[in-house]
Amino acid sequence: MRQPAAVIAPLVFPILLLAVNSGGLKAETQLPGFPTNSFVAFALAVPFIQGALFSTMNAGTDLARDIQTGFLNRLTLTPMRRLAVLGGQLGGVIVLGLVQAVVYLAVGLAVGVRFESGPAGILVLFAFAFMVSLAFGSLGTLAALRTGSGEAVQGLFPAFFVFLFISSMNIPRNLIQVTWFRDAATANPVSYLLEAVRSLIIVGWNAEALALGFGICAVIAVIGLSLSSWALKVRMAR
Amino acid sequence: MKTLAVARGVAWRTLHNVFTNPSLLIPSIVFPLFFFTAFAGGLSRIRDVPGFDYPLGYTSFQFVFVLLQSAAFGGVFTGFGIARDFEGGFARRLLLAAPHRSGIVLGYGIAALVRWFFTATVLTVVALAVGMNVGGSGVDLVGLYVLAVIMNVAALLWACGVAMRFRTLQAGPVMQFPVFIVLFFAPVYVPLGLLRGWIHSIAVVNPVTRVVEAGRGFLAGSPTEVGFAFGAGLALVLGFSLWAFRGLRKAEAAG
Amino acid sequence: MDGPAIEAEGLVRVFKKTRAVDGIDLVVESGEIYGFLGPNGAGKSTTVHMLTTLLPPTAGTARVNGYDVVHQGPQVRSSIGAALQEAALDPLLTGREHLRLQASLQGMPHDIRRRRADELLHRVGLSEAGDRKVKTYSGGMKRRLDLALALVHSPRILFLDEPTTGLDIQSRTALWDEVGRLTRDDGVTVFLTTQYLEEADVLADRVGIIDHGHIVAEGTPDELKASVGRPTVEVVPLDAGEHERAAAIIARFGDPCGSEHGVAVRLRSSEADLAGIVRALDAENLKVEQLQLHQPSLDDVFLAKTGRSLEGAAEEEEGERGGLAMEPA
Repeated sequence: MRQPAAVIAPLVFPILLLAVNSGGLKAETQLPGFPTNSFVAFALAVPFIQGALFSTMNAGTDLARDIQTGFLNRLTLTPMRRLAVLGGQLGGVIVLGLVQAVVYLAVGLAVGVRFESGPAGILVLFAFAFMVSLAFGSLGTLAALRTGSGEAVQGLFPAFFVFLFISSMNIPRNLIQVTWFRDAATANPVSYLLEAVRSLIIVGWNAEALALGFGICAVIAVIGLSLSSWALKVRMAR
Repeated sequence: MKTLAVARGVAWRTLHNVFTNPSLLIPSIVFPLFFFTAFAGGLSRIRDVPGFDYPLGYTSFQFVFVLLQSAAFGGVFTGFGIARDFEGGFARRLLLAAPHRSGIVLGYGIAALVRWFFTATVLTVVALAVGMNVGGSGVDLVGLYVLAVIMNVAALLWACGVAMRFRTLQAGPVMQFPVFIVLFFAPVYVPLGLLRGWIHSIAVVNPVTRVVEAGRGFLAGSPTEVGFAFGAGLALVLGFSLWAFRGLRKAEAAG
Repeated sequence: MDGPAIEAEGLVRVFKKTRAVDGIDLVVESGEIYGFLGPNGAGKSTTVHMLTTLLPPTAGTARVNGYDVVHQGPQVRSSIGAALQEAALDPLLTGREHLRLQASLQGMPHDIRRRRADELLHRVGLSEAGDRKVKTYSGGMKRRLDLALALVHSPRILFLDEPTTGLDIQSRTALWDEVGRLTRDDGVTVFLTTQYLEEADVLADRVGIIDHGHIVAEGTPDELKASVGRPTVEVVPLDAGEHERAAAIIARFGDPCGSEHGVAVRLRSSEADLAGIVRALDAENLKVEQLQLHQPSLDDVFLAKTGRSLEGAAEEEEGERGGLAMEPA
C-alpha cells in the first residue's frame, strides 16, 4: 500500500490477462458442455483470485520490510496485542482487495457480464473478496514473519502462479481432458475459490460451490493467522 | 577482431553467472515448461472446437508458441542481467575495459542465444517425451528454430535498449511488459481464424502472429507465410538493433 | 610516446544546471604521479571519467597518450588502466576469473591471460584468495584486485580514483608502495585523485588542487606549501612565568605569531633553523617543556586558495551534494 506500483500492478495485470484470455479463448465456449456462452463471464472469476494472490505478496513484502528496518521491533515494544499488530498489517491488504473487487466488478459489468445471482450475489462476492484477501494476506504475513526477508516472500510468487495455472482457471474441470491435469486441478484449492466466484456470476446460487469457497478461505485464514500469531510471538521473544 | 574478443568475454561472463547460479538458470527453464504444461495439458480439449484445423494436435500447436515465448523471454531475462550490471557498476568496468564497445552488445546477444539453446533443448526433449507430433522435415524444423532465434535476438535487443537507457533493474517491467503483450496478442490458444472481435483485429496486424503461424506451419510440414514471418522478424531485429545501439550511446553519454 | 601523457584544455562537464567541471587545463608528463586533490564533489571523479572516455566532455578537449578522448576512444582505452572509486566487481566471479575476463576484453591471447593473471595476483598479494568468489573479499582485497585489473594489459597510463578511501593504514601503505614501484620501475604515468592530504603529499610528484570544478593551485607539494608561508616554531617553557623571556629569544629567528599553549614565531626563511633555536634557548638556560616545528600543509594551501580547510569543505560539499543526484562522486 506504500508504493503506487503495489496498488496498480494487482489491478492492471489481472485485467490485462482477462482481456487477453477472454479474446483468445472465446472459441472454448463452443465446446459441448461449456457452462456459458460468454467467456468473459466465465473468466471474470480469475482476476478476483489473482488480485488476492498479489495481495499476499504485498502483505508479506511490507511486513518483511518492517522486520528488516526494525520497525516491527518498535511496534512490539508498545502495549499493542499481537492480533492488533497482525490486524494492522492485514487491514491494508483487505481494503486493497475490496477496491480491486469493485474495479473488476465494474470492468465485468461494463463489458456486459450479467450476474445470475443478482445484486445479493454482488454483496456475497464482496464478502468473498474480504475472505480471500484475509486468507492469502495471512499467508503473506506468515511467510514474512518466518523468514524476515522480502526476497523470500517474493520467492513464493512462482508457487502461487503454479497453483493458479494448474486449476480450473481457463476451463471447467470436467472439460480438462488430460487426466493428471484434471486430478491436480481437483486437488487444488484455488479451483474451488474460482468456482465459488464463478457460480455467483454464471450459475446463480450454488450452495455447494459457495460453501467450498468460503470454507477453504476460512480454513486458510485460521491456519495463516494462528501460525502468524505464533511466529510473531517467537519473533517478539527474541 | 577486438570487437569479437570483447563479445567473447562478455558472453563468457554472463553465461558463467547463469550456469553457476540456479536462481538465474532455473526460472528460464521452468517457466516455459510450466506454460507448456498449463496450456498443452489444461486446454487440450480446444482441439475439439469446430474450426480447429491444426493437424498435429494441441500439444504440437502449443509447443510452437511456448518455444517462441521462451526465446523472447530468454532475451528479456538477459536484459535484466544488463540492467543489473549497470545498477551494480559492472557495466562501467566493461565500458572502460572494452576498446570496442559494440562488442558488449554482441556479447550479451551471444549469451542470450546460448542460454536459450539450453532452454529450447530441454523444452523440445520434454515435448517429444510427452508425445508431441512432428510433421515437418529437417529443413522445416530448422526454419522453426531460426524463427525462434530471431525472436530471441529481437527481444534481447529491445531489452538491451531499455536497460541501457534506464540503467536500473527497476526497468524490468518496461522490458517485460511489451514483450508479454505482443506475444499474447498473437493467436496463443487457437489459430488466427478462430479469433473473433477486437483481439482478431489486433492479431492480424501483430507481426508476431506471422511468426507464430509460420512456426506452426514449419512443425506441421506445411510452411505458410514464411517470407512474411522472416521479413517481420528481421524488421524487428533491425529496428531493435538501432534501439539497442542508440541505448549504448545514451549509456556512454551518461557515464 | 612524445609529448605529455595527459593534456586537457578548457575541459567542462555540465550536469543539468551544475558545472561539475568548469574549464580545467592540465598537463601530466610521462612517468610522473599527478595527484588531484580536492573535497568530495569538487569534480575529481568527473574529470577522471572524461579522461578515461566514460563521460563525454560538454566542452573543451583532452588527449590521453596522444589520443583524443572524444574521437579516439578505443585507442585511449587500450592505452590506459583505471581503478575507479567503487571497485565494480562481480560478486559471483573469483579474482582470477575477473583477471581473465579483463584480459579477454583487451583481446589478449589465452596462454598469456593465464600467466598474467597469476603474475598480477601474486603482485597484489591475492594468490591464495585468487580462486575465491569476490563476494568473500574484504574492502582492501577488492581494492587490490581492482588495481590488478587496471594493470592487466600493462597500460602506460594509470588512473586511480580515490584508491585508498575506506582502507586501513596497512592496506593504504601497501597500495602506496605499489603505485610508487609502478612509476619507478615500469615508468607508468599515474593520475591519482584523493581527498587525503597525506596521500597527495607522500605519493604525488605534482599536485593539482581542485575546488568547485576549478584547479585553484598546481605544483610540487613543496612548491605549493612554500607558496603559502614559512614554517612556524612553537616553544612551551617548563616554567609558565618564562613566557616573555622565551618569546624574546625565539623572536631572533622570526616574526611572532599566535600560540595556544606557549609562544611561537613564523620563521624568516623556509629552511627551518631548529638547531639554532635549541642552541639559543640552551645558551639562555631556559628550560623547555615542548618545542615543535610546524611545516605548512597542503591543507594550508587549500585554506589560502579557497578560504576553507579541506576537511570542512568536504563536509560542506557533502551537504550541497544531497540535492545533486546526477553528479558522479
